[in-house]
Amino acid sequence: MSGKGIQITGLKKRYGRGDTAVYALKKVDMYVAPGEVVGLIGPSGSGKTTLLKCLGAVIEPTAGRMILGDDVIYDDGWKVKDLRALRRDRIGFVFQAPYLIPFLDVTDNVALLPMLAGVPNSQSRKRARELFKALDVEHRAEAMPSQLSGGEQQRVAIARGLVNHPPVILADEPTAPLDSQRALAVIRILNHMARKFETAIIVVTHDEKIIPTFKRIYHIRDGVTYEEAGQGRDLE
Amino acid sequence: MISLAGRDILHSWGKFIFTGMGLGLLIGITLSMAGIYRGMVDDAKVLLDNSGADLWVVQENTLGPYAEPSSIYDDIWRGISGMPGVAQAANITYLTMQVRRESGDVRAMVAGITPGGPGIPGWPPFLVAGRQITRSHYEAVADIASGLKIGERIKLRRNHYTVVGMTRRMVSSNGDPMIFIPLKDAQEAQFLKDNDAIWAQRRRTAENPAFNRPGVPGLLDAIIASQSINPYVNAVLVRVEKGHDPEDVAESIRRWKRLTVYTRSQMEEILVGKLIATAAKQIFMFLVILSLVSSAIVAFIIYTLTMGKIREIAVLKLIGTKNRTIIGLIMQQSIALGLIGFVVGKISATLLMAPIFPKYVLLEPLDSAIGLVAVIIICVLSSIVAIRAALKVDPAEAIGG
Repeated sequence: MSGKGIQITGLKKRYGRGDTAVYALKKVDMYVAPGEVVGLIGPSGSGKTTLLKCLGAVIEPTAGRMILGDDVIYDDGWKVKDLRALRRDRIGFVFQAPYLIPFLDVTDNVALLPMLAGVPNSQSRKRARELFKALDVEHRAEAMPSQLSGGEQQRVAIARGLVNHPPVILADEPTAPLDSQRALAVIRILNHMARKFETAIIVVTHDEKIIPTFKRIYHIRDGVTYEEAGQGRDLE
Repeated sequence: MISLAGRDILHSWGKFIFTGMGLGLLIGITLSMAGIYRGMVDDAKVLLDNSGADLWVVQENTLGPYAEPSSIYDDIWRGISGMPGVAQAANITYLTMQVRRESGDVRAMVAGITPGGPGIPGWPPFLVAGRQITRSHYEAVADIASGLKIGERIKLRRNHYTVVGMTRRMVSSNGDPMIFIPLKDAQEAQFLKDNDAIWAQRRRTAENPAFNRPGVPGLLDAIIASQSINPYVNAVLVRVEKGHDPEDVAESIRRWKRLTVYTRSQMEEILVGKLIATAAKQIFMFLVILSLVSSAIVAFIIYTLTMGKIREIAVLKLIGTKNRTIIGLIMQQSIALGLIGFVVGKISATLLMAPIFPKYVLLEPLDSAIGLVAVIIICVLSSIVAIRAALKVDPAEAIGG
C-alpha cells in the first residue's frame, strides 16, 4: 500500500477573522515520496505543530491542496467524509512520547488499529508481531507498556504507526526523550521501515543529533516552508 | 475487537474492586431499606394471619385495634358468637409497653387472650418450645425475638409472670415481639393504677355528694367497685364458619351490634395503607436519597477515572477510534462498577446487615432484580457526564503544541 507519498500545495491555515486573523500557515508546499524520510524543522511558533495537525486531518486548513497517495484529500475543503477513518487507515502517528495505552499489552497496543479497522483479531496480532520482529521488540510482545524501556516504547509506537501500512507517517519529535544512540537507532528504523513499506515519513524535530541524517529538509519559518538538501549522513 | 473496558478493569482491578466494595455497601444499605419495608408489610400480614381471625369487631367509627384505640365491652362477644355464620368469637386486648425483666426491659406488644386453648382466635397458633398458657393468671407465652427464655420471670405493671412457652414470628406491625398473657391480666394491666392513685380516686369519689348520699347505703361501695374493674377489651376476633362469606357476616354484625367490623382485606389495607404508610414513605425517601447518592458516587468515580485517561482517549481518537468505542469503554466500566457494587451489596445485605437489624428484613428476589436493573440504569446515566467529557477531548491534545 504505497501510493505516491504525500503532496501539499499552497496550504494555509488562519486562526480568527477580520482584524484578529492570524495566519499560522501562509504557504506550505511539500512533497514526500514513498520510502522517503524528510525532516521538518523550524523555531517555536513557526507553525510546525499546526502543519502536523493539518496533515493529520485533526484541524481543517483554510486553503490549499493535499494529495495522499492517489487521492486528493483536501482541496480548499475536505474531500473525505470520515476523517477518523482517514487517520486510522491512511495516516500513521508517532509522538514525542510513545503514548501507549497503559492497560493494553504491547501486542494489543499495536493490533488495536487494524482491529478498529475491522481486521480480525488474530490477523491484527499477526501483523503486530511481524512488525515487532522488524523492530527487534518481538521478545516484549506480551509485556505491558510500563515494563518497557523508553527506546522499546518508542519502537512499539513506531510499530503502531506502521501497522495499517499507511502511505504517510507523521512523527512529532520522536527522538526527543532519547539519548544520541537511541535517537539514531529510531531514525535508522524509520528509514528502514519507510523503504520496506514504501511509506512517506515526515519527522518534525529540533534534535540536532538527527538533523544531519535527512537527505531533504523542509524549514518552516513564519508559516512558510523552504526546501533544502540535507546531509543525508549514512546511518549504518 | 478487544474489550477496552475489560482490559482497563483487569489492569487496575484493585481500584475497581475497592471502589466497587464501597459502592456495594451503599447498595447493601439500599437493599436493606427495601427489605425493611417488605419486612414491615410481612409483619403486618403475619400479625393478621396469626390472629386466626376472619373478622375484627371494634369500636364504632374507629380503625382499631391496631391503627387506633378501640374499646368495646367484654361481653359483646357472647352476642356475636350466636350470630349466623360465626364459628368462634373471642375477646382480645393489645398493649404495647416496656416489659421489665431481670436484666433491663424489652419493648413488646402484650396480647390478652381469652381462656380456652390453641385454636381460639388470638392464641399463638404454634409454639417452638414450652407449652401454652394453662392457668388463668400470671403465665406468658413470648415470641423468641423478645430474647426471653422459658422459666424467666417478667413484670407487667405490678404483677409478675412466668414465661411458659416460646413462639416465633408473632410480632406487631412495628416489629415488636408479642407476649401473650391471660385476658383478665391484660385488662388489669391496661387500666391498673398505682396505690396512691386508687386511694386518691376513692377519696374523691367519697367526697362527691352525688356518689356518697346520706340515706343511700351501698351506693358508694357500688361506685368504687365499678371503678376498680375494667370491663373493656380492644376487639373481638371472629372466625367465620365455612361456607359463609365474611363480608355478609361482617355486614350482619355491623347492622345488629352497631359496631365497626373489618374483614381480612380491609384490615390489611388499614395496616399497610395507613399504619405503616408514613414509615413506608420515609423508607421510600431513604431509597431515593441513597439512589441519588449512589448515582453521584458512580458519576464522580467514572468521571475521575475518565479524566485520568484523557491523554489515552485523545490518542484513541487521533488514531481513528470511533466515538461509540469510547462511549462503550466508559459505559462498560460504569456498569462493571455497578455490577461489582451490586454483588457486594447483595452479599452484605443478606449476610451482614439483615441478621443484625433489629427489625425483620425481608429480601425478596424481585426486589433484588429491580435493584439490579436500577443499579444498571443509574450507572448508565451516571456515565453520561464522563462520556460528554471524553467526547469533547480534542484528538489534537495527543499531538500537543
